Amino acid sequence: MNRREFWLPRPLFSLFLAVLWLLMVNSFSVAHMLLGLALGVFIPFVTRAFWPEQAKVRYLLPLLRYFVVLMVDIVRSNLVVARRILWYPNQLTPGFVTFPLELDDDFAITILASTISLTPGTVTAHYDSYAGTLLIHALHVTDEDELVRQIKEQYERPLKEIFQ
Amino acid sequence: MNGSEMPLLLQLVITFFLVAGAIVALIGSIGLARLKDFYMRLHGPTKASTLGVGCILLASLLYFSYLKGGLSVQEALVTLFLFVTAPVSAHMMAKAALHRKLKCSPRTRKGPPDH
Amino acid sequence: MIATVIPFVIGVFCLAVLLNLYRLAIGPDIVDRILALDTLMINSIALIVLADIQMSLGILFEAALLIALMGFVGTVAMTKYLLRGDVIE
Repeated sequence: MNRREFWLPRPLFSLFLAVLWLLMVNSFSVAHMLLGLALGVFIPFVTRAFWPEQAKVRYLLPLLRYFVVLMVDIVRSNLVVARRILWYPNQLTPGFVTFPLELDDDFAITILASTISLTPGTVTAHYDSYAGTLLIHALHVTDEDELVRQIKEQYERPLKEIFQ
Repeated sequence: MNGSEMPLLLQLVITFFLVAGAIVALIGSIGLARLKDFYMRLHGPTKASTLGVGCILLASLLYFSYLKGGLSVQEALVTLFLFVTAPVSAHMMAKAALHRKLKCSPRTRKGPPDH
Repeated sequence: MIATVIPFVIGVFCLAVLLNLYRLAIGPDIVDRILALDTLMINSIALIVLADIQMSLGILFEAALLIALMGFVGTVAMTKYLLRGDVIE
């Protein structure tokens, strides 16, 4: 463990805390920036014993692009779900789908599970860490394999590129 | 001070976000009241209500940014928090429902496997 | 225009709250009631923000943040209790 790892265990988290502080006080003065940075160094240092293994973010830019794509998908999926709820709530065929994971990083799996919960008519219901599968409940499903393939293509592949 | 001297375009955008947010959140609550089994009801609030409130908060952000002169980003913090926590609480509730072995609607294609 | 549209938006959210209360009353399972409470919290955040815009205060945001926080922690605590029979292990 070198000196940087001791005093600054996770630089990205420190930066995130500093930005969060600036958002919360809603002022971008130099004093608040310094206070935010101090908090960003102090909090990870004090709580570092509680944190699990650090996720390695290899590319920051694709991660941002992923979140932009996700925002668009959330809006689109809401329109789809809204139409289903309003027009034909009694003709839906819900179902449980098992999704085999290829990711093995905890943080990446968390992001994938949250993504699935926020997008088209699917909610993650259970994570089986031994089998490496997610149990997904879909509001309306006609082809399970197609749904799994779609999620793999759209969300798991970019996450895999970012984290592994 | 009220918003009557605001530029028309900004007023239109804020009104759009307010109305859209209200409609989307209402649809989420209709889903909660109307759908057949718990797992289906879970879909309404996690997506629709979160996005609806997100729209309202975005409108509030624009409104107060103009009113106070300068970016008012605190609403963005609430939106961020809601979008991060909604999937987590949905996941926890689905886990609890599976644990209690709640019945699925008879239209379900494939039931949950046993745990 | 904003001042005229806000009462209607508040009305729509009140309707949403009524629907949540309906689900809270009829259940049928306790998990449904937790879900209804969670949605109620989210809708009340919107109501607080709308009141903030209506009165041009700009200070009720802290209340909204607190309710968002309490709603999340409350939901997780209740589901945790259902899952394990204990909140803190």
